[in-house]
Amino acid sequence: MEKVLSYRQMVWRQFRASWLNRLGLCIVILLALMALSAPFLANGRPLLLRHEGSTYLPALQNLWPFSYLKLYPQIDDDTWQTMMEETGWAYFAPVPYSPGDYDLDASLLPPNSAHWLGTDEQGRDILSRMIHGSQISLSVGFVAVSIYTLIGVFFGALAGYFGGKMDWILSRVIEVMICFPTFFLVITIITLVGGSIYNIMIVIGLTGWTGIARLIRGEFLKLRHQDFIVACRAQGMGVFRIMRKHLLPNALAPVFVSATFGVASAILVESSLSFIGFGVQPPTPSWGDILSQASDFIDIAWWLTLFPGIAIFLTITAFNLVGEGLRDAIDPKLKSVE
Amino acid sequence: MFNYIFKRLLLMIPTMLGITLVTFFMIKLAPGDPITMKLNLEGLAKSEEVSPEVIKMMRRQYGLDTPLPTHYDRFIKNLKPQWVAKASRWFGENAIQYRKWLLRIAVFDFGRSLKPDRRPVVDKIREALPVTLTLNILDIIIVYMVSVLLGVYSALNRNTLKDKIMMVGMFVLYSLPSFWVAILLLMYFAGGEHFSWFPLGGFLSDGMDTAAWYAKAGNIAWHLVLPVVVMVYGSFAFLSRFTRANMLEVLGQDYVRTARAKGLSSGVVIWRHGLRNALIPLITLIGTLLPELLGGSVIIEEIFNIPGMGLLSFESLKARDYTTIMGIATISAGLTLISLFLADLAYKWADPRITFEKL
Repeated sequence: MEKVLSYRQMVWRQFRASWLNRLGLCIVILLALMALSAPFLANGRPLLLRHEGSTYLPALQNLWPFSYLKLYPQIDDDTWQTMMEETGWAYFAPVPYSPGDYDLDASLLPPNSAHWLGTDEQGRDILSRMIHGSQISLSVGFVAVSIYTLIGVFFGALAGYFGGKMDWILSRVIEVMICFPTFFLVITIITLVGGSIYNIMIVIGLTGWTGIARLIRGEFLKLRHQDFIVACRAQGMGVFRIMRKHLLPNALAPVFVSATFGVASAILVESSLSFIGFGVQPPTPSWGDILSQASDFIDIAWWLTLFPGIAIFLTITAFNLVGEGLRDAIDPKLKSVE
Repeated sequence: MFNYIFKRLLLMIPTMLGITLVTFFMIKLAPGDPITMKLNLEGLAKSEEVSPEVIKMMRRQYGLDTPLPTHYDRFIKNLKPQWVAKASRWFGENAIQYRKWLLRIAVFDFGRSLKPDRRPVVDKIREALPVTLTLNILDIIIVYMVSVLLGVYSALNRNTLKDKIMMVGMFVLYSLPSFWVAILLLMYFAGGEHFSWFPLGGFLSDGMDTAAWYAKAGNIAWHLVLPVVVMVYGSFAFLSRFTRANMLEVLGQDYVRTARAKGLSSGVVIWRHGLRNALIPLITLIGTLLPELLGGSVIIEEIFNIPGMGLLSFESLKARDYTTIMGIATISAGLTLISLFLADLAYKWADPRITFEKL
């Protein structure tokens, strides 16, 4: 007997068929792991320190939730350094520098055995800054896209399901948003409200929802007169239940694809903002910020330009690959044309 | 058809009002406004650079200094629940200020720049717009030419190795962050120690204003090579894929088979019967490119120091020159709206199968 696959299984089977898709997904997962474990990968304080029979975790003590739990005695920088000199037993992270640790003697060093990707003008380790920068990039990408997906689905659903006046008004709102160049709108609002990471997430979220709203609107307009929806209505089902249980699941796949591409472009917007100095404020490490410093030393410090650029490129490529793969996987029509 | 145009024009009125409403509320976020005063207290916005004189000027420009009419003021004072009175005050104030702002926009009065030069905003935009248009029209022409050719090529060689390599290549280009490529190009091809082929930036060399037109055009072209390269490569992937898909669809149509069957050469079939029909949907894509076309690319113009709309907005933002920013926002959005309408008409003109009835 032939095995019957669910829609999800079918999409997954299509998706993993191509090695490019698998590669993209692997990179995305690795990046996410890197961002999540950044404090353990790159930290100036030792992860583990033994001194006179007791164990200390200097790297963890400032880290939420450990900073609240206070499982281990708190020690400041001078203390652990003297402790380490006394006993000499400490276990460091693979990259033993915090993103903010500056060392003016080590200014603008090319990649070497101590600083694998070199240092910037203030002698900060580039690899450490990039590992911590991935937290900024990925969190902005995911949160901003989640915000605008929610807004877009909400407005798109209203416009598509009710049609008529509601659709007219929301279509005008979408048209207004489209007329403004997105990046210009983002940078202007950021200037007005200040460039913190949360503001960037919110502003990208508030300006980027039109694409998804149009997508959902189109799908709902197509679906709302089909028999199964009419049947739901005839049973006296509530509007929101129909939308959530019957319309949305049928319209969600393209939204998912669009959101994946959206993460890539949100990451690009964030790094562009930081690059021109309107984004996350220093000393917070961000890929765009490293690149913007690089433009001052363009001829003497190639490593400042090369590595963060490659990081941005790889991240965007990975998300685009996943989006691409998903799009092909969910669209059987496309497959038959090719 | 005229019915359709008329309806579309009417529909543009609420959208234009929406655009002015957005800019109006954006300016209310700027310093000088109660909301931002509060933000300043929390240290979120940087207001140190904004002098009281500038704030006063801005408040006058946007009608933020307009008091409520006395009769209205008296009327809302008597409203009973506190929040109704508050809401009415808010509405009253904003309505009256918005009306003032709207009347100014209607005659293109965007006030003067808040920068020390105090020049009218409209003049600044008038200088910057042609530069951005030159850059972007070049960009669009090149993007369309290259990606249509690539798209047709890969449609004709579909699913061969060549097709796949090209698609992957386009994809990689699409994912390369343009500002990074811009730095790299500047590093290797301009001013630096490698190849000093192109200028470090700018639009026209000093002293070229009075040169003959061909020398001037050559000079501009020399300045625009790198920025145009940076701007075009990212769009190839999307457009060529789109062309490829359209082309494949058209080549499967009956009339193409008929054309082949009656013995037309494959060149005529592909270019005249195939491509011309495959191109029609490409017109709609101009719509997605238009907002950037008029607003200018902030990053590219900043990196290459091209005095267009993007650089103007960047510098205005840096100097917190709010009147100029709002002028740019309103004008570029308004022009985009008009161009979207024209693109829509062009689409319907190019494809007679599309009816005018549906809106």
